[in-house]
Amino acid sequence: MALQQFAPIAALIILAVVLTFIISNISTIFGPSNNTSRKTAPYESGMQPIGVGMRRMPVKFYLIGVLFILFDIEVIFFLPWAVVFRDLGFYGLAVMGLFFFILTIGLIYEWKKGALEWE
Amino acid sequence: MGCDNIINTFAPCLSSSLGVPIEIANFIGIFLGVIIVASFPLLVAIALIWTERKFAARIQDRLGPNRVGVFGLLQPFADVIKLLGKEDITPAGADRPIYNAAPVVSVVSVLLIWAVIPFTPIHVGVDLSIGALYFLAVASLGTLAIILAAWASNNKYALLGAFRVVAQLISYEVPLALALLVPVMIAGSMSLVSIVEAQAGMWFVVSAPIAAFLFFISAQAETGRAPFDLLEAESELVAGYNIEYSGMKFAMFFAGEFMHVFTNAVLMAVLFMGGYLGPFVDQIPMLGLVYLLIKASFWYLLSLLMRNALPRIRIDQLMLFNWLFLVPLSVVNLLVTALLLMIVREVGLAPDDPRSFVDNIPQTIVLFLGNAALFVVVMSMVRNRFRAQRLAETQTDDLLPATAGD
Amino acid sequence: MTFNELSWEALAFGAFTILTLGGALGVVFNRNLVRGAVWLVVSLFGVAGFFVLLSAPFLAAVQVLVYIGAIGILFTFAVMLTRSMTNLSERFNKQAWLSALAAVTLFLLILLAVIAPIFGEIAAPSSEVVATTEDLGVALVSGDKFVLPFEVASLLLTAAMIGAIVIAREED
Repeated sequence: MALQQFAPIAALIILAVVLTFIISNISTIFGPSNNTSRKTAPYESGMQPIGVGMRRMPVKFYLIGVLFILFDIEVIFFLPWAVVFRDLGFYGLAVMGLFFFILTIGLIYEWKKGALEWE
Repeated sequence: MGCDNIINTFAPCLSSSLGVPIEIANFIGIFLGVIIVASFPLLVAIALIWTERKFAARIQDRLGPNRVGVFGLLQPFADVIKLLGKEDITPAGADRPIYNAAPVVSVVSVLLIWAVIPFTPIHVGVDLSIGALYFLAVASLGTLAIILAAWASNNKYALLGAFRVVAQLISYEVPLALALLVPVMIAGSMSLVSIVEAQAGMWFVVSAPIAAFLFFISAQAETGRAPFDLLEAESELVAGYNIEYSGMKFAMFFAGEFMHVFTNAVLMAVLFMGGYLGPFVDQIPMLGLVYLLIKASFWYLLSLLMRNALPRIRIDQLMLFNWLFLVPLSVVNLLVTALLLMIVREVGLAPDDPRSFVDNIPQTIVLFLGNAALFVVVMSMVRNRFRAQRLAETQTDDLLPATAGD
Repeated sequence: MTFNELSWEALAFGAFTILTLGGALGVVFNRNLVRGAVWLVVSLFGVAGFFVLLSAPFLAAVQVLVYIGAIGILFTFAVMLTRSMTNLSERFNKQAWLSALAAVTLFLLILLAVIAPIFGEIAAPSSEVVATTEDLGVALVSGDKFVLPFEVASLLLTAAMIGAIVIAREED
């Protein structure tokens, strides 16, 4: 069952990857290629680049990422419930409400600690 | 078996009329379907570039492209040919495999969404039972492509832009997913076909306007278009994460963005405006595609208007707007809708025949009033909060001239 | 099930095995941590394929959404927080032998658990036990099944969140 449904998707993945890979590399065939060291240098509006481009990341973005995972997983848990919530009744709603309430504490904590603010 | 409907009965027809083995016929059928699904958005993207440029030009009191062909209609083709002849530059110090793979992932993540979109009642790529979740899963791949593209191109500005935009994309994925849950809940299924069919009586944009609003706003943010275009804040970041890309690789990111905007419009039409539903669709299925495209064009033009009319917002405003307004609102909206739907069912107002317009009226009125009440409550909360903030600001403003004057 | 379908399934199984194991090897043997994160994504994608083969499309989509779309990005973020992300000088640390021992023991135990049932009574193939998304929704909230683990999961997530803030705030 699942295999039959997903066979076209697998075919689409393969076709899309091959197609876009070919298209994205066409200009290496048709376009000129006379690279100079100036041309391949990182583009910084004409300034001399200082230091490497692969930098470390501010920790703030990591916190956003953790917050995202929290709510992403919440969505995952909400999904199967949303399909059958009519049969589960008010009890199911209460369980989901409690689940969300606990996560909200995390969100409020992060907000109060100033993790969402950019100084 | 009639051979009038090409896609669904293609394989049996081929084997019965031409004597091709059924397995090979199936394979050919899948292959053709996949090619159609994959090339449709790519072709639409070319038309979209013209629409977008004309639309932006009219808003800015310009003419837009008008030299190549009638009304400049051939301009996108000229652009593509120009891009083909551009030099493909890989910056020094770039991580080549990742640098080359990122644009591919970016486009594929959008193309894959089209596999589950119902075009007409009988033309659906795949009617997955988890269609809505599949959309979320596939769309989240694009975020990964952006951060890897920026990191692999060895450029500080690209990386700075990517940090911002990834924070933005993952943040706005939350209200997007939560808003998506409302149609799933009303329809009682994650399959996009079932969601469309559940709207035969009433479009969800009437019974769940707040969810439609949330989905539209966060989908706009997901595409990185103004007013959420922090990724290409020209004055600060040169051009954002794709700064080092040139030629067709740059065009891939560009095409991906255009297709993403239109895909979101199509999804708005499918999830909230009944997709292919319309008069006479049962008799002539291809009309469904026309209806779908008309409905999608409405949302597409609305998103273009939003892009061209609104100024860019700052990243702190962006984050606060999402986490303190959109996310709480979307969860409360979800729980309120669930509560109302259950009350409607307990009271006995739920439609006996979901496909009948009259049967749907009581439930729709309840849901709409619930949404309106929620809207009024939330807006008055926002109003009070900002009024207090303004009052505090004006008080300090009054003090400022006095101190400055001294 | 015809032989044709079976062979397609076997082909897909082989492809996903290569993706999963190859990706995992890439994670372990790469000196460049960002590339390691990319290999991890490849490996996780293979696992999503296994879920499809096991007739669990919901879990496959969750695997892509949570592990690739969320954990993958968090991993990339975490890697980009480290100092020498592109050029690790040492491939093995001091506890390499200990962890190798633990990994091999664990692998043998899992292997035993997988192989042992084959020699005993053959149970129904797992692909025939199809639990739908609806069953999952009911199981998550029903009192005699998973409602307590479900609520505890939210506590765990919140604790993780608070922990992340505490660790990150110390650096300021």
